[in-house]
Amino acid sequence: MNGAPLSFRETVAWGTLGVVLFVGLWTLLTASGIVPRQFLPTPLDVIQRMLHLMTSPFAGATLPQHLASSFQRYAVGVLLAALVGVPLGLLMGWFRLLDDIVTPIFDGLRFIAPIAWVPFAALWFGTGIGGPVMIIFAGAFPPCLINAYRGARFVEPRLIEAARMLGTGNTRTILEILLPAATPSIVSGLRVSAGLGWQSLVGAELIVAAAGVGFMMVQAQANVATPTVMAGMIAIGIVGMIIDVLLRQGEGWLRRRRGLEA
Amino acid sequence: MGSIRFDHVDKVFGPNTGGIKALEDINLKIGEKEFVAIVGPSGCGKTTCLRMVAGFDAPSAGVVSVSGKPVTAPGPDRAVVFQQFALFPWKTVRENIELGLRNKNLPAGERADLVANALKLMNLESHAAAFPHQLSGGMQQRVAIARAYVLDPEVLLMDEPFGALDAQTRVVMQEELVRLARVNPRTVLFITHAVEEAVYLADRVAIMTRRPGRIKEVLDIRAIRQAENWDKHPRIEDVMDLESFVHLRTQIWKSLREEKGANVI
Ligand SMILES: Nc1ncnc2c1ncn2[C@@H]1O[C@H](COP(=O)(O)OP(=O)(O)O)[C@@H](O)[C@H]1O
Ligand SMILES: [Mg+2]
Repeated sequence: MNGAPLSFRETVAWGTLGVVLFVGLWTLLTASGIVPRQFLPTPLDVIQRMLHLMTSPFAGATLPQHLASSFQRYAVGVLLAALVGVPLGLLMGWFRLLDDIVTPIFDGLRFIAPIAWVPFAALWFGTGIGGPVMIIFAGAFPPCLINAYRGARFVEPRLIEAARMLGTGNTRTILEILLPAATPSIVSGLRVSAGLGWQSLVGAELIVAAAGVGFMMVQAQANVATPTVMAGMIAIGIVGMIIDVLLRQGEGWLRRRRGLEA
Repeated sequence: MGSIRFDHVDKVFGPNTGGIKALEDINLKIGEKEFVAIVGPSGCGKTTCLRMVAGFDAPSAGVVSVSGKPVTAPGPDRAVVFQQFALFPWKTVRENIELGLRNKNLPAGERADLVANALKLMNLESHAAAFPHQLSGGMQQRVAIARAYVLDPEVLLMDEPFGALDAQTRVVMQEELVRLARVNPRTVLFITHAVEEAVYLADRVAIMTRRPGRIKEVLDIRAIRQAENWDKHPRIEDVMDLESFVHLRTQIWKSLREEKGANVI
């Protein structure tokens, strides 16, 4: 990167400037009437709407309640992706045959955007918890698998040889050699997965019939309630940022701990 | 039990892409409880020889056998000590040493005893709970040797085990290995490019040449070692001072040098 590294205060200052400019431009465009209000609500409209939604329900629930049901689906989807993707990736990193069988299918499937699964997700798993979870799963799964696979595949060959000469069987090699060696890679994968899973949320909630931020936005769109749609977008952005920051911290903590150990 | 045999062994790397002949017609017999060192310039194929005994690589022609059976895969009957230690960084010293015993499905009590013995033998008792990165190179290599010895292997394969250590540590480890070989004799295939080390440690020294890798000659050190009472000297430098030692060392140097041509060393 070009440019000198910034201090924490400078980083905050420039970041704030960016936000101020962005909101300023937005205000200028909307308040002046250059862009009609139905097209793009003003920042003030949106903030007021958000505050209102904190306590009064829209489409059956308040914004925090919508967020809570979204988060539930999301957590289930990402957890499932990790529970399937990480073990499968490790197994593929160890058993060549499995790698040869799964990789071509997986390489094709992973380029299908999660939202493309919407019709089948609804058909197969319904619009309750199953369908949306499957879409989030589709978004979160690939990095889980890829990173576990790469981590296992690129373990230092010497360590594998050491394990083999010690007579270590497959299960133990996977659990005690590949898994710990692949942990940094797996953790990065989980972080990416968590982000992609959250991104898939609105798509997932296109098909829900009860609650969720995505559901709220779809309902609002039907009513041309643009400030509500925008409020949902901002809520998604903020929660996504919080998830990412927390996971980054977790990852950093883990790396520091391993740095002491490895 | 515990003999090693190379029978007309060739090794070609990348046979489908032209191919490099790394080894040509290697013939060597290592008897039970015999300590054989292979010396030779780097790249002559020493590691390749050892890897075929370990079962990591297969010969392109000929047979490598251990205790009369051709080697097909790695196994705990042939313990390896690697130059770069190859300890598991996320396992403690004790866990590293214990893994091979767990793989043999020994009961916990028996494992604990064997590990305790191995720790004691290598002077590692106070480091049992440490992680490898907390130890010096010499200590790490002690752990690797303990991990190999605890398996009670038929043969011990050591690929320049002291190559990554500083000169002082190296000397200490060489003395330890001699002590260990006396307490608990093993069939050992020991790879090194340090001539002194080979003469000091081995019963026989095989001298290899480069391109293609061949065994040029094999010197028997046992008779001289016994006649001159080398083992009575506890310190390596006292042995290295002996005329008989110097003579053998010089002989090997000459042999290696003829091979390398006038322009090297
Ligand atoms: N996996 C491999 N693929 C291709 N060539 C190799 C491989 N391993 C070793 N070689 C080549 O074989 C020769 C012998 O290597 P090696 O046994 O490592 O020698 P040494 O241990 O005596 O230094 C070298 O020329 C090396 O480049
Ligand atoms: Mg070598």
